[in-house]
Amino acid sequence: MNLLDKLKALTPEALNALESAGVSRRQFIKGSSALIVGFSMSGPPSRANPIHRAAAQRLDGAGNNRLDAWIAISADGTVTAYTGKCELGQGLYTAQTQLIAEELSVPLDRVKLIQCDTALTPDQGTTSGAQSHPTNFNQNNLALAAATAREALLHRASKQLGVSVDELVAEDGAISAKANPAKKVKYAALVGGRTFGIALNPEAKRKTPTEWTVLGKAVPRLEIPAMATGQFEFVHNVRVPGMLHGKVVRPPVVGASLQRVDETSVQGLPGLVKMVVQKNFVGVVAGKPWQAIQAAHKLKVDWTPGTRLPSQGTFYDVLRNQKPTQDTFLVNSKDVDEKLAGASRVVKATYLYPYQMHGSAGSSCAVADVGAGKATIWSATQAVFPLKNSVAMLLGLEPENVRIVFRMGSGCYGINGADTVSYDAALLSQAVGKPVRVQLTRKDEMAWENYGTAFVIEQRAGLDSDGGIITWDHESWTPILGGRPGASNPGNVITGFLAGFEPAAFAARTPAPDPTGFGNSSNAAPSYVTGCVGGRCGGTGAVTSQRVLTHNVRSLFWTGPLRSPARLQNTFAHESFMDEIAALVKADPVEYRLRHLHDARLLEVVKAAAKVANWETRPSPRRGVGRAGSAAGRGISCVLYEGDNGYCAMVAEVEVNQDTGAIAVKRLVIANDCGPISNPDGLKNQLEGGALHGVSRTLLEEVTWDDQKITSIDWSTYQPLFLDADVPRIETVLINRSDGKAMGAGETATTLAAAAIANAIFDATGARIRQVPFTPERVKAALTARA
Amino acid sequence: MSVLNLKVDGRPYSVDIDPETPLLYVLSDDLELRGPKFGCGLGQCGSCTVIVEGKATRSCVTPVGTVAGYEITTLAGLGTIEKPHPIQKAFIEEQAMQCGFCINGVIMTAKAFLDQNTNANESQIRQALSGVLCRCHVHVRMMRAIRRYAEEVRA
Repeated sequence: MNLLDKLKALTPEALNALESAGVSRRQFIKGSSALIVGFSMSGPPSRANPIHRAAAQRLDGAGNNRLDAWIAISADGTVTAYTGKCELGQGLYTAQTQLIAEELSVPLDRVKLIQCDTALTPDQGTTSGAQSHPTNFNQNNLALAAATAREALLHRASKQLGVSVDELVAEDGAISAKANPAKKVKYAALVGGRTFGIALNPEAKRKTPTEWTVLGKAVPRLEIPAMATGQFEFVHNVRVPGMLHGKVVRPPVVGASLQRVDETSVQGLPGLVKMVVQKNFVGVVAGKPWQAIQAAHKLKVDWTPGTRLPSQGTFYDVLRNQKPTQDTFLVNSKDVDEKLAGASRVVKATYLYPYQMHGSAGSSCAVADVGAGKATIWSATQAVFPLKNSVAMLLGLEPENVRIVFRMGSGCYGINGADTVSYDAALLSQAVGKPVRVQLTRKDEMAWENYGTAFVIEQRAGLDSDGGIITWDHESWTPILGGRPGASNPGNVITGFLAGFEPAAFAARTPAPDPTGFGNSSNAAPSYVTGCVGGRCGGTGAVTSQRVLTHNVRSLFWTGPLRSPARLQNTFAHESFMDEIAALVKADPVEYRLRHLHDARLLEVVKAAAKVANWETRPSPRRGVGRAGSAAGRGISCVLYEGDNGYCAMVAEVEVNQDTGAIAVKRLVIANDCGPISNPDGLKNQLEGGALHGVSRTLLEEVTWDDQKITSIDWSTYQPLFLDADVPRIETVLINRSDGKAMGAGETATTLAAAAIANAIFDATGARIRQVPFTPERVKAALTARA
Repeated sequence: MSVLNLKVDGRPYSVDIDPETPLLYVLSDDLELRGPKFGCGLGQCGSCTVIVEGKATRSCVTPVGTVAGYEITTLAGLGTIEKPHPIQKAFIEEQAMQCGFCINGVIMTAKAFLDQNTNANESQIRQALSGVLCRCHVHVRMMRAIRRYAEEVRA
């Protein structure tokens, strides 16, 4: 369905409900036909317009406490629900539809869910960080709205039927008396066509998972039939009447500025509409995509020389010693040096993790229609409301005159090019006063995206005479530049920067202040410490002497959240190090973990994964392995994602070819506990895909550069797991915790793969690999270096 | 520019276009078909795959002038939501996708290969998919869906 059809599909009641919720969006919808036929050609608005800076935006947005902002019931009984958390391929659209159907006791096909549109849906900030389930499936936001609506309907039915609420039952979009089913009234008769006019009730009674008939079931994904038959409208398929096609021309090397554009180089090219320059931003607009591509290719642009980049070979040393730094203590029990000095043994190791990219299969795309002081942008952004504000800043418009409409893009995995290409389309559309579609080239996507960041992580632990850990010391260095633009930082991505905005300032801070409260901070704190700050303990482990110190430094390249941001890198270091210590004291890796963990649910996933994997209790490495030929081993890793959002443990079984250094991952067993499960098949799909994404990143993926520019710019220079890969058998153990809170599950398995595989390689061969990716050369080097 | 006659999904089309234009742009922009997609523009990822005269073809690197008059099939030409083609049905039943962007390339490549190699074994099927990329890493389910279709083709 295109946008117009979708808007038409909104029932009048749903529109009224929106208006009643106090958000002035109906006007935008009324004006939308004008918007589709195109604005007048009066040219871009004045650049003198004020720049709108918003206060730092909460990740979950401002929300809305009015029921009508979330749910409307029309005269035909259709339930329209509005959500600010969108489908990114993780199955959330279907799960949220199940949630509404469940809480309101209506069949799935009577629910119409509208997602992520700044003119229609509540501001729920960003769909990211495994936060959608915590945000919308617990006693808050969307779930609370549905429960409030059902409660309101029950109260209205009670009055109308003269039966007390306790004696009523809601079923199939109607409420009837338990004792006399003939006494019945449909939702439509109670509220259809009218608004609820009430606030969300924080005490509204949710259905318990034991009562569920729709939620908790393996409902097939609602988009899949359209996707499989080539009918689905991705953002790439959005077509607007009068739409033109744009291409951007990025600098050839990092740090280059625009010197001169030779407009005559493209003069007379067929279909060319306009060449656009704004500070260092350069683009062309043409009638057809192929014409735009040719114009961009032929446009002669002179750039200044770029920044000289440090050699990739010495990069980690540069990073480890780079100044200035921004230092943070997460925990510091202030006895670590003393405990290390008194320990019977001290273990040390350093782990290295490269820049990696989102590398979505389709390059990023957006369509913008800017004119007459208004803008509408169809975007695959994770952050429609923040983007609305940052686009307003970029274009010099009032934020209320900008509308962002979410359409699915290719994958996501964090901040890929979706936001930056939205800016590209917006700038080009503003320059020509017509709708413009931009899809990035593969190289522009890969050379300039906000990479998942690199890490150097140093670990030290002190052991007592029994081999137990008495102190844990963690220190990390990671480069950052830009990131999510949020509401106020268009310069956090390449296009905003080229157009003249600065990335968020780097605030140096040395030394780190004392922590004031425990923050897990992307699993920088290992699972094995108590996480005690100021007498309050937020950790999952037993080790009381602990120091976690992180250093951010300025990055050469753009960085931003990539699936399990920093959590994956930290967990690789923690879970590898735990394995190293266990091996040193000749303890079984599972038993040694259990000995240092306190959290019952984390213990349970570890045990569950080990049990299903038929874990053989013994220390690593396996005994009696030859030093050549094939060697097999198993490894384990575990995490409580971000310290409070999803328990997971993974056992990996690998085969190492000791002659070539090639790793084959043969089997993965994943035990996961994310509270009550909304859709078991959706969860399995996420765990399976997330695990393989982790395997791909562990074995293959690394951003590369030369002395001036990024050199991993296509699928021959950045090679993930293609479909011919010999992938492992994956078994999932889903622990359905019906009395728990809903937690995220999109990133847990990804977090664990690197350490589980490294530990399995060690088990197989006695060789420890501490640098991702585990290329055959690095594995060979580790094999050569083993004792 | 020249007028080209194309046969896409069984329907005739006449387009006035530079014959050097890659087929993908004609399909997705002039004909507004939603199956083939731009992934890399380099023939490396498979997202743009269509079937030309029975052969899986990367439409992003195929000049439209070279396929005028040929039988071109896109994902939307195989079946519909109501009546999916058996390979589409297999992917729906196995829930073998996440974001769904790459599915065009996976289905079209696998179909073209299996229709001509009905007795292909698992490693041959994988080999046929060696240039197809799924970044949500739905490999396991995709192979299950393809095996399901392969069994159907053999039967």
